[in-house]
Amino acid sequence: MKKYINTGSKDTRSGFGVGMTELGQKNENVVALCADLIGSLKFDDFKKNHPERFFQIGIAEANMIGIAAGLTIGGKIPFTGTFANFSTGRVYDQIRQSVAYSEKNVKICASHAGLTLGEDGATHQILEDIGLMKMLPGMTVINTCDHNQTKAATLALADHHGPAYLRFGRPVVPNFMPADEPFIIGKAIMLNEGTDVTIVATGHLVWEALVAAEALEAKGISAEVINIHTIKPLDEEAILKSLAKTKCVVTAEEHNILGGLGESISRVLALHQPAPQEFVAVNDSFGESGTPEQLMEKYKLNNQAIVEAVERVIKRK
Amino acid sequence: MKPNTQQLNDLTIQVRRDILRMVHAVNSGHPGGSLGCTEFLVALYQNLMDRKEGFDMDGIGEDLFFLSNGHISPVFYSVLARSGYFPVKELATFRLINSRLQGHPTTHDNLPGVRIASGSLGQGLSVAIGAAQAKKLNNCSHIVYTLHGDGELQEGQNWEAIMYASAKNVDNLIATVDLNGKQIDGTTDEVLAMGSIRAKFEAFDWEVIEITKGNDIEAIIGGMNEAKARTGKGKPICVLLHTEMGNGVDYMMYSHAWHGKAPNDAQLANALEQNYNTGGNTDY
Repeated sequence: MKKYINTGSKDTRSGFGVGMTELGQKNENVVALCADLIGSLKFDDFKKNHPERFFQIGIAEANMIGIAAGLTIGGKIPFTGTFANFSTGRVYDQIRQSVAYSEKNVKICASHAGLTLGEDGATHQILEDIGLMKMLPGMTVINTCDHNQTKAATLALADHHGPAYLRFGRPVVPNFMPADEPFIIGKAIMLNEGTDVTIVATGHLVWEALVAAEALEAKGISAEVINIHTIKPLDEEAILKSLAKTKCVVTAEEHNILGGLGESISRVLALHQPAPQEFVAVNDSFGESGTPEQLMEKYKLNNQAIVEAVERVIKRK
Repeated sequence: MKPNTQQLNDLTIQVRRDILRMVHAVNSGHPGGSLGCTEFLVALYQNLMDRKEGFDMDGIGEDLFFLSNGHISPVFYSVLARSGYFPVKELATFRLINSRLQGHPTTHDNLPGVRIASGSLGQGLSVAIGAAQAKKLNNCSHIVYTLHGDGELQEGQNWEAIMYASAKNVDNLIATVDLNGKQIDGTTDEVLAMGSIRAKFEAFDWEVIEITKGNDIEAIIGGMNEAKARTGKGKPICVLLHTEMGNGVDYMMYSHAWHGKAPNDAQLANALEQNYNTGGNTDY
């Protein structure tokens, strides 16, 4: 029943760069702001093609968020770019007052989210950003899974009015979402139909969930895999529909177990359809230096961890 | 037709009365800094700014103002109302439940005249820089004005913004610092001495203009016109506006005590006595 195949590995963040390049040509109101990380955010082409619409802010993220809010006053659509930690935790109050509370059309775009940043270690590996951003009233929160989806989300955000957080990673990962798959904010994507368990995944864990589903199939377990690219607003209908069939869920995310996608799903279940849930997430811990693969294994964020979580949750049905 | 000095002074007294009555009515709010900046905001909205009819968020084709030290909302609301942005009688809802006149200004309730929320200090200059840069992209030659408290300069984000504005030649921006030398806990020198603010701005390559009589309408208009004349020449402009906190109410002046304290009934009556209603019965 697998609907999506790996078409070759690409880095997720380059999808953002390609999206920005396209937006630069398509929408003259789109402007880009960067805090000394042009290469990391793949802003090179946008800067080259539209120097007047590219703002190099320097190492001053609070100022960047404020300037972005100001640029909306005049009809611009600012996309800010830096690492996820400096995009959110470092500037939470600026985002809260000048962007979210002020209802400004700012797109906060964050690369290097989660553990897969790797060797830089815990100072740069924010695992709390989804929670921080989803708690802000009016903030849309998107976590994309691969190159193609990151590009599609970038394009979709320019047409969406309101503050938004777009989170993506640094590493090269399987690129499996079709290039022509429409990105509809708030609409979950069913990747694999199944009957025994629902696996709800976001970001880099979506591919791991698909790999896990294959392993489970070999063990005679039929897993439904849903790609939740939009954590807020959450597609509750898609989740409840799947749960009505499978009666149990595993959530998978590269984030702290507290405040992430898993807790959002728990709330939906508690309100509408209580069911056993297992979490694949970082267990309330900071990260550390290591290769992305080593970290995903140590912190139990890979396909084996998902398989184990499925086996646990099915026993609890 | 711009109002003459007498009319501006009369309006200043009316705005003072508004501030005092608004803060007294809810026993809450910030009269000190509001009273100190009354002449400035009256001059700005009634004489200096080039404003178009009505209100839209983008403000293309007109000057913009951003209040960074949002706690002086009483003076901001009063001047906005008396400049036609919303009904004057709405001032009676200040800080009340379900009001558009929140304790600190917000865009959340679509109050005409407000383009950014402020209250958490130190964010307004960055926003104003963004708006000024948007004006350049839109080929709009109008000016962006801001007002900041002097104590507010203790927030680090200001210095990120101050550094950026000169480095990027944001020369359609006039940032005004209300130099009253006081903050909640005492004088700025007692709390965290900042040395020469003029020298600091100049070191960051800003044009600096001082208005030593910051509670004098004509001095403000003269100084601000000088500031306007210096826009468009590659540098951002800083206006150091020397004011007295609590200006116009004798027992509130020369102290930080009335930064965030409301007058009681007798104190209100006394303060209103000092500010006779010169324009007939125009209280809200």
